Amino acid sequence: MDEAIQPINVQSAKQKIKSYSHNPGSLILAGLVGLAALLTVLTLVFIVGYILIKGIPNLTPELFQLEYNSENVSMFPAIINTICMTVLSLLIAGPLGILAAVYLVEYAKKGNKLVSLVRVTAETLTGIPSIVYGLFGMLFFVTTLHWGYSMLAGAFTLAIMVLPVIMRTTEEALLSVPDTFREASFGLGAGRLRTIFVVILPSAVPGIFSGVILSIGRIVGETAALMYTAGTVAELPKSVMSSTRTLSVHMYSLASEGLYVDQAYATAVVLLLIVLIINWISGRIARKIKKG
Amino acid sequence: MKDIKETVMKYVFLLCACASILAVVLICLFLFANGVPAIGKIGIFDFLLGEKWKPGNDIYGILPFILGSIYVTAGAIVIGVPVGILTAIFMARFCPPKLYRFMKPAVDLLAGIPSVVYGFFGLVVLVPFVRDFFGRTLGFGGSGASMFTASVMLGIMILPTIISVGESSIRAVPNSYYEGALALGATHERSVFFTVVPAAKSGIMAGIILGVGRAIGETMAVIMIAGNQPRMPKGLFKGVRTLTSNIVIEMGYATDLHRDALIATAVVLFVFILLINLLFSLVKRRGTNG
Repeated sequence: MDEAIQPINVQSAKQKIKSYSHNPGSLILAGLVGLAALLTVLTLVFIVGYILIKGIPNLTPELFQLEYNSENVSMFPAIINTICMTVLSLLIAGPLGILAAVYLVEYAKKGNKLVSLVRVTAETLTGIPSIVYGLFGMLFFVTTLHWGYSMLAGAFTLAIMVLPVIMRTTEEALLSVPDTFREASFGLGAGRLRTIFVVILPSAVPGIFSGVILSIGRIVGETAALMYTAGTVAELPKSVMSSTRTLSVHMYSLASEGLYVDQAYATAVVLLLIVLIINWISGRIARKIKKG
Repeated sequence: MKDIKETVMKYVFLLCACASILAVVLICLFLFANGVPAIGKIGIFDFLLGEKWKPGNDIYGILPFILGSIYVTAGAIVIGVPVGILTAIFMARFCPPKLYRFMKPAVDLLAGIPSVVYGFFGLVVLVPFVRDFFGRTLGFGGSGASMFTASVMLGIMILPTIISVGESSIRAVPNSYYEGALALGATHERSVFFTVVPAAKSGIMAGIILGVGRAIGETMAVIMIAGNQPRMPKGLFKGVRTLTSNIVIEMGYATDLHRDALIATAVVLFVFILLINLLFSLVKRRGTNG
């Protein structure tokens, strides 16, 4: 997949020009395709470049102070909140998703009704817009379970959101573990559990990790699902039951209030950097998996 | 002893597998239980086809928002789909390997940028541009926060979905199609566009449907640049409010029937998404059956 196709009709420039002069339609198509790709890349470069150029000068040390107040809208508490929220969500969704994938791959028999039901629901979960998650979180965790606007409510909401991601990537990773591993382990007298935890899961770690990284990306970028579950308090959290705002929510508040545009630029830079790092790591993992 | 442990763990795994089923059931239950009675109270036709949204007077018609969502999504399709498909074709069949090593991460990055950052970019770049260029210079008027602005932004946001799904389905087409066309004397472009791409049609279609789902469900970016006036959409360069933005904007202070009407709005959105998901799996199944 990584390499582009190997051309089987290698032509010299001269041949190409001749071919195009006979077929102007082909030239137009080639031009259109190139133009579209250029447009896509330019859009990305423009967005990222604009935000970096406008934002980096605004990354002042004051923005990384412990305390948030109206004079200094520090983003440091929001960064801490984001980290806590990410860890908490992954602690919930990680084990659930991984163990669920183990069941789907290692235990369920082919054509099992339950398995197809799990697949359908997981696909449904992937498609649900984040604001619907947010409303559900508000109705269930905040109101019905009386957790109030809290980090815990936000983390559970996000956990449901990233559960299908972790499940799918883990499933793929488990499926790609060769059956000979399982056979060898059984042959040595290991039970099913031992085989899963000692042989299969360890060799599926890179795949599972890539799912976790993808989930981190979604959690960090999420806004709509958090506004009405974790709330928008911009201070350091006292416990998992206190209301918090993550970096994305922080940025939305700054941008929509209209008073702190410079700080919003700076926050956008931090968010972009996080995304860049996440993409870089997942690219490395993907390459590692491919090499085997 | 060992057998007990094995059996217990088997059920633990089973239980975890049921988590996603439980989640979907809970989401449906809570949304419908809170939203459907409100729809009943307002009257289903008044709710879905009412042209006025005035919570102060207990008038809750969400037709403006349904239309807003549909128009903005249609705009995103018009802008995003041609560029997305052509880029997918470029990446699968035209891109030299050296350039590909740069293009692929670029598309991934486009997919990874949080929607609030897209929205902010729209707010500080697109909105002033639309206001000054289309509004003043071309005389369309408007404040810049408009249906057009939101369509452009969403068009950009659905690009990575369309590109990556489209690219992988074009790559999945057997190379013999391409070789056969070449052997018949077709140029590279003709072979790609008239044999390979038609064979990848259902995969490309699935990508577009996924993109539509993303555009309809997008909230934060739209809120920041669409103007959000709660009235019937009046024109391409006038403000518009979508289903998603209606929920976020008013949920903070809504009470009683107003609050339930907002949850009912989410129910409508949810039904939209379920229909799109259904369409997606139908298209995908047709694709795998050949």
